[in-house]
Amino acid sequence: MTNHWIDIRNSDCILVMGSNPAENHPISFKWITAAMKNGAKLISVDPRFTRTSSKADFYTALRSGTDIAFLGGMIKYILEKDNYFKEYVAAYTNAPFIVADNYDFKDGLFSGFDAKGRKYDKKMWGFVKDEKGNPKKDRTLKDPRCVLQLLKQHYDRYDPETVSAITGTPKDELLKVYEMYTATGLKGKAGTIMYAMGWTQHTVGVQNIRAMAIIQLLLGNMGVAGGGVNALRGESNVQGSTDHCILFHILPGYLKTPKASQQTLAAYNKKYTPTTNDPLSANWWGNYPKYSVSLLKSYFGDKGTKENDFGYNWMPKLDDKKAYSWLDLFDVMYRGDLTGFFAWGQNPAASGADAPKTRAALAKLDWMVNVNIFDNETGSFWKGPGMSPEEIKTEVFFLPCAVSVEKEGSITNSGRWMQWRYKAANPPGQAWSDGHILMALGEKIKDLYQKSGVFPEPILNLKWDYETHGEFDAHKMAKEINGYFLKDMTVKGKQFKKGDLVPSFAYLQADGSTSSANWLYCNSYTGKGNMAARRTREKSGIGLNLGWAWCWPVNRRIIYNRASVDPYGKPWDKEHPVIAWDPSAKGGKGGWVGDVPDGGWPPMLNPDGTPNPKTKYPFIMKPEGHARIFGPGRADGPFPEHYEPIECPVEKNPLSAQLTNPVAVTYDTDMDIYKSNDPKFPFVGTTFRVSEHWQTGVMTRWQPWLLEAEPQLFVEMSKELAGMKGIKNGEKVTVESARGKLEAVAVVTIRLRPFKIQGKTVHQVGLPWHYGWVYPKNGGDSANILTPSAGDPNTRIPETKAFMVNVRKA
Amino acid sequence: MSGKAFFIDTTLCTACRGCQIACKQWNQLPATKTHNWGSMQNPKDLSYDTYKLVRFQEHNGPDNKPVWYFFPDQCRHCLEPSCREAVDGEVSGGILIDHQTGAVLFTDKLKEIDPDDVLNACPFDIPKAQEKTGFLAKCTMCVDRVHNGLLPACVKTCPTGAMNFGDRDKMVKMAKGRLTEAKTRFPRATLTGLENLRVFYLLADVPKMYYTYAEADLPPARMDRKTALRKMGRSLRELAGELDIYG
Repeated sequence: MTNHWIDIRNSDCILVMGSNPAENHPISFKWITAAMKNGAKLISVDPRFTRTSSKADFYTALRSGTDIAFLGGMIKYILEKDNYFKEYVAAYTNAPFIVADNYDFKDGLFSGFDAKGRKYDKKMWGFVKDEKGNPKKDRTLKDPRCVLQLLKQHYDRYDPETVSAITGTPKDELLKVYEMYTATGLKGKAGTIMYAMGWTQHTVGVQNIRAMAIIQLLLGNMGVAGGGVNALRGESNVQGSTDHCILFHILPGYLKTPKASQQTLAAYNKKYTPTTNDPLSANWWGNYPKYSVSLLKSYFGDKGTKENDFGYNWMPKLDDKKAYSWLDLFDVMYRGDLTGFFAWGQNPAASGADAPKTRAALAKLDWMVNVNIFDNETGSFWKGPGMSPEEIKTEVFFLPCAVSVEKEGSITNSGRWMQWRYKAANPPGQAWSDGHILMALGEKIKDLYQKSGVFPEPILNLKWDYETHGEFDAHKMAKEINGYFLKDMTVKGKQFKKGDLVPSFAYLQADGSTSSANWLYCNSYTGKGNMAARRTREKSGIGLNLGWAWCWPVNRRIIYNRASVDPYGKPWDKEHPVIAWDPSAKGGKGGWVGDVPDGGWPPMLNPDGTPNPKTKYPFIMKPEGHARIFGPGRADGPFPEHYEPIECPVEKNPLSAQLTNPVAVTYDTDMDIYKSNDPKFPFVGTTFRVSEHWQTGVMTRWQPWLLEAEPQLFVEMSKELAGMKGIKNGEKVTVESARGKLEAVAVVTIRLRPFKIQGKTVHQVGLPWHYGWVYPKNGGDSANILTPSAGDPNTRIPETKAFMVNVRKA
Repeated sequence: MSGKAFFIDTTLCTACRGCQIACKQWNQLPATKTHNWGSMQNPKDLSYDTYKLVRFQEHNGPDNKPVWYFFPDQCRHCLEPSCREAVDGEVSGGILIDHQTGAVLFTDKLKEIDPDDVLNACPFDIPKAQEKTGFLAKCTMCVDRVHNGLLPACVKTCPTGAMNFGDRDKMVKMAKGRLTEAKTRFPRATLTGLENLRVFYLLADVPKMYYTYAEADLPPARMDRKTALRKMGRSLRELAGELDIYG
C-alpha cells in the first residue's frame, strides 16, 4: 500500500477491483464502513457478485482477465471529458515529457519487439533530452509527442463499445463506474483502489496495476489521504517478507541481486545507481552504494573490507538473463535439475499454479524438508492421488515449527507498518521457531564447510551472530536490520560511538563505516528503542497514528505525500491534510507539519510564485523526480495494453492483432498444455478465497469450526450454465482443464451471470483454492489442479485468475 | 433499569461469520458435521451445538442485479418470552429471566418437560433440542461475560459495527438513528423488535426477504394474532412494573 488500512476511511470513492476485502480482508471493512458513513461511494467490479459486492453502492461484472480494457476505457473517458487534475498532472507526473521518435505502437506491438527472442528492446522507449541531458518537457501538455498526448492516442481505441465487447460489462454500467470514480479528479477529492491477487495473478498482472496507477495520477490521487494504489496483501507479513527479499531478484530493501556479469562491487553499484543532471531531482536511489555496502557489512562484519569489496564476491550471483522465480524453480525441478528443496511455511503442492506439474516435480527430488505446523499436501505428496510411493525416491523430512503467537518478532502489514509482537506461549513438543531452526541450520552448514567444501568463504565469513544464550534473539536481529555505526564518527554534525544504532538511512555510509541489513528499515530500532513496539494511538487527525508501531520509510505513513500539496505547500484537500508547509516552523525557517514528508525540502514555489531552487520534485525514487505515466521500465511496454489471458475464450482481440501478451512467460515441458478456443474447455475459470479459510487451508482445514462453516470444495456457476448442463444446486460436478480435473459441489447462483463477449455468450465459473486431499476426507483437492504455468513477464507471477475449463455432472 | 439489548445492523454485516465462530469458541460448542449444500450458509440451521448462525439469502434485486442479504440469527431474548409461558405451568424455574440483563436463560429443569412445548412456543424457531437426549439450548446473551463487564462474544468480534450491545434504551436510540440514516440508501429499511424484544434488527428490505422467521411468526395453534398483540401490550405494562422493582 502507498497508504494504509486506516486511511481508507478518508476516501471519497473506493474502487474494489481484483480483490474481495469483505471476505479476504474482513477487518478492512471497518474502514470502508467508516468512509461510507462519511458519504464515500463503494464500487465493486468482479466476475462474481461477492460479499463485498453485497455492500457496494454500485456493482458490475467483467470477464476475468479483461481489466486493462476496462481501465483503458476509463483513461480514455478521463481524457475525453477533460476531467483530469491538470495542475497535478503537469507539475508532478511525466505527462509533459517529450517521448523520443523511436517510440511507436502498432497493432498491439510496441517498437523494439524481438519476435524471435520474445522480448522488447526498452531503449526504444526513451525521452527527448534537453542540452543538460534532462527529459524535455512541455508543461502545457500540448506537444503531440508529450506523454499525455501519446496516452490519449494509445487509449483512443478503448471506446465503451469495444471495451464492452471484450469485458462483457454492459456499456451503461462501464460509464456509470467511470463517472462515479473519476469524480475524484476534483481538487480536494480522493479515490482509492483496493486490489489483490485478482489483478496480480495474470500474464498482464503488472500492467493491470500500472493502468490503475495512471488513473490515480491523472486524478491526482497519489500521495493524498484516502487515495493511493493499495495492494491488499494475502498474508499478514507478505509485505515484510518482500521488504526482506523473499524474491529471487532482490536483496533486502529492494537492492538488486548481483548478476554474474557484475564482477566487482564498483560495476554492480554503477549498474544500479541512477544519475540525474536535474538539480531539482532528489534521485534517492543515487544513494545506492551506501545501502549496498551497509548490507554487505551486516552480512560479513569485519571480514568484509574495502580491499575485498566488503565481501561482494562472496554473494551468490544470478546468471544473466535467467529467472529463478516460482514457476521457473518448479520447471527446473520437473526437468530433474533441482534435487533438494525446503518448503518452509508453505504448501506448493496446493498453492502453486499447475498442481499436477508441481506434484510431479516434487517426485524428482532427492530430498525435501517440509517446515510447517501441520502435515500438508507437499510433505505427503508421495502418497497423494495418482502417486505410487514405491516408485518415488524423494526423502521427506518434516520439521514442526512454532506458530506466530509462539515467538517474538515483528510483522509488516499491507500498510507497511512494522508491528512488534510478544510471545504468548511456548511452542508445543519439539517445535522450534523459524529463527531457531535457521540459526541451527546455519551453524551446521558452517561446521561442514569448516571440514571441507568448495568455496567456503561465503558461509564461513557470514557474521551469523543473532543468538543470545544459544537462542535466536529477535531483538538482536531487529537491531541488525536497523544497522550500527562500526566506528566512532561524526555524521551531519552529530557524534556517534562504535556500536551505536544508526538513527536513519540518511546516516548510512558507502565506506564500510556503517551496517544495515535493510536500509529501508533503518530508523526502526534506534537509540530511542524499538519503534515497532510503540503503542500510542492518535486521538484526532486523519489516522496517521505516527506513534503507533513504525512504518517504512522513516515512519512515513503515506508515501509520495509531497504530491498531496500544491506547489506552494498547501494541501489540495484542506479537510484531510497529510502534510503542509508552515513558514513559521523551525524558528521562522519554515518546515513541514503532519506526516513525515517525502524529504524536508521546501515547496516548489515561493509565496511570490517564483521557483524555489532549494526544492525537489515530489516523486523522489525516480531519477526524473516525476511519477511515471509513461513507464519505460516494464518488460511489456510503457503503456498498459489489453491482451487476452494465455487461455481465453475468444479468437480475436478487437483492439489489435496480438491476442495474448507477446512477452508472457510460458513453459514447454510435456506437462505444459494451454488450450484456448477449445470446445473441450469452453468456460472461463477463476480461483478465489473465502473468509473462512486461509490460503491452501493448512491452518484452517484442521480448525473444526471453520471447516463446519466451509466444509468442502465448491464451484460457483450461473443458473444459465447449470441449466444448460443439467446441473442442480448442491450436486457433485467434475471441473476439468487441460492440466487436470476435480470434483466439486455445484453452487448454482444468480451471483454469476453469462457474459456477452463479441456477440457470443461466455460462461464463467469460480472455485476457492483452500482445499487439499490430506484433510478432510471428501473435502476435495486444490483448485490449482486446473491452473496453468503461465506468468507475467515482469514478476513471473502465475496466471491463476483466468483459464479455461469444462464442467459436467460427476 | 431497562436491561440490555442487541442492535444488529444488517446493512453493515459482511457475513464474515466472525460472530458465528466466536459464539462457538466462547461457549466451547463442538462443530457439527456439515457438507456444502449449495449455499455459504453452514451449518444449515441452529442446533443444540449452534446458538448463532449467519443466514444467507440471495434475490434478484432492482435493475436485475443480485442482492445478498445476511441475517445473524440468534435468540431475541423476548421481554415476555412465550417459551417461558409455555413451561411455567409445568416446571417452575425451567426458563429464567436474568434481572440484570433481561437475558432469557434455559436451566437444567427443562429436562423434565417435553421439549416440543418449548420448540413450538418460540415464534422465531430458535431453541433446538439435542437429538438423542431432547435437552434444549440456545443463545445465553453471554451473561457470564456481560456480568463481568465484557461484551457478548459475537459483538466483541464484529469488525464493521453490525453487532452492537448495551443498555436497552441506548440500543433503541442507536437503532432509530441508524434507521433514519439507512432510509436514504434503502427506502424499504425497517427495524424489528423495538417493542417487545432485546434484539433489534435493522433490515434494508422487508423481513421476509431475509428469512422466514426474521420477524415473529406466532404459532397459530397457541394463540391468534389479536391475543398475541394484547399479551405484548400487557407485557410492556408489566415490564414497567418490573422497572419500579429493580430500578
